[in-house]
Amino acid sequence: MIGYFTLILVCQLVGEIVVHALSVSIPGPVLGMVLLFVLLLMRGKLPQGLGQTADGLLRGMALLFVPAGTGVMMHCRLLGEALMPLSVALVISTALTIIVTALMMRWLNRPGRDA
Amino acid sequence: MQDIWVYLNASPLFHLTLTMVAFQAASWLFEKGGRNPLLNPVLGAIILVVSVLFVTGTDYATYFEGAQFVHFLLGPATVALAIPLYRQWDKVRRSALAIGASLVTGSLVAILTAVGTAWLLGGSETLLASIAPKSTTAPVAMAISQDFGGLPSLTAVLVIVSGILGAMFGPMLLNLVGVEDWSARGLAVGTASHGIGTARALQVNETAGAFSGLAMGLNAVATALLVPILWRLLF
Repeated sequence: MIGYFTLILVCQLVGEIVVHALSVSIPGPVLGMVLLFVLLLMRGKLPQGLGQTADGLLRGMALLFVPAGTGVMMHCRLLGEALMPLSVALVISTALTIIVTALMMRWLNRPGRDA
Repeated sequence: MQDIWVYLNASPLFHLTLTMVAFQAASWLFEKGGRNPLLNPVLGAIILVVSVLFVTGTDYATYFEGAQFVHFLLGPATVALAIPLYRQWDKVRRSALAIGASLVTGSLVAILTAVGTAWLLGGSETLLASIAPKSTTAPVAMAISQDFGGLPSLTAVLVIVSGILGAMFGPMLLNLVGVEDWSARGLAVGTASHGIGTARALQVNETAGAFSGLAMGLNAVATALLVPILWRLLF
């Protein structure tokens, strides 16, 4: 378990280093995810322990947003200055994004259509 | 009593435990309430923690000294999204074209509808730049916002709220339009609501979680490329 957690941290660290060295605008952990994924493809199978470690981390992923969320809620007065346009825009945009993306994906992936 | 409080408030244990207990309580409430989206556990936990900090007069920096241990795990958890992606790789590869096209469309819709609605309602240019990248993950969104004259701290608020909104109402909307396929559902929630949507998707179905994590990563890239192009076209 510790070995696999170390592997995850190393991927994140390499991701952070590459992102900062090349100043690309994707987050280090996202690049770390790509790196770990490529390693898995190269290896051709998923070690059971790595699967368990990842599942453990991901099961509680919602919890991990609480500290950051608390931070932004403390800055809620920023929203207050333009509450109406911002909240309406967020609700409409989030809803439309979800609906359009899902319908598009279903349409492109519809049965009987060879991709 | 006062002494104990002074001691506890200075140690990371108290605010770390507060974060965990608040989340447990909010999750319990969510389950008891029949998974009603209005009882979203992330939102519930945030409200609980903010209330305690407010009542005890604690500032965020003090709270974060304890909460940082939880916050830190966001990075490793994001890396760990490679595992569900790997498990679903056959499915992802088979629909690579559909994923790419849906993602770019979704990313465009996210940016244009947010900026368009805020503009129609009289939002200033600062506001428009702050809301444009709101569907992508926070570090990317804040950097884009800064580049185009937005307020990164406002963008952080908008990103978190978009995440919570998508996690709360995404499943309901998807039922409403009758999309049952887990890959389409996950992709949609990840595109609109980044990691918070992905965390929710993972709780429901592994395919949805994998596609949501993939969409989150791809949308970070798409938003970083699309916002500058659209900004030049529009302003």
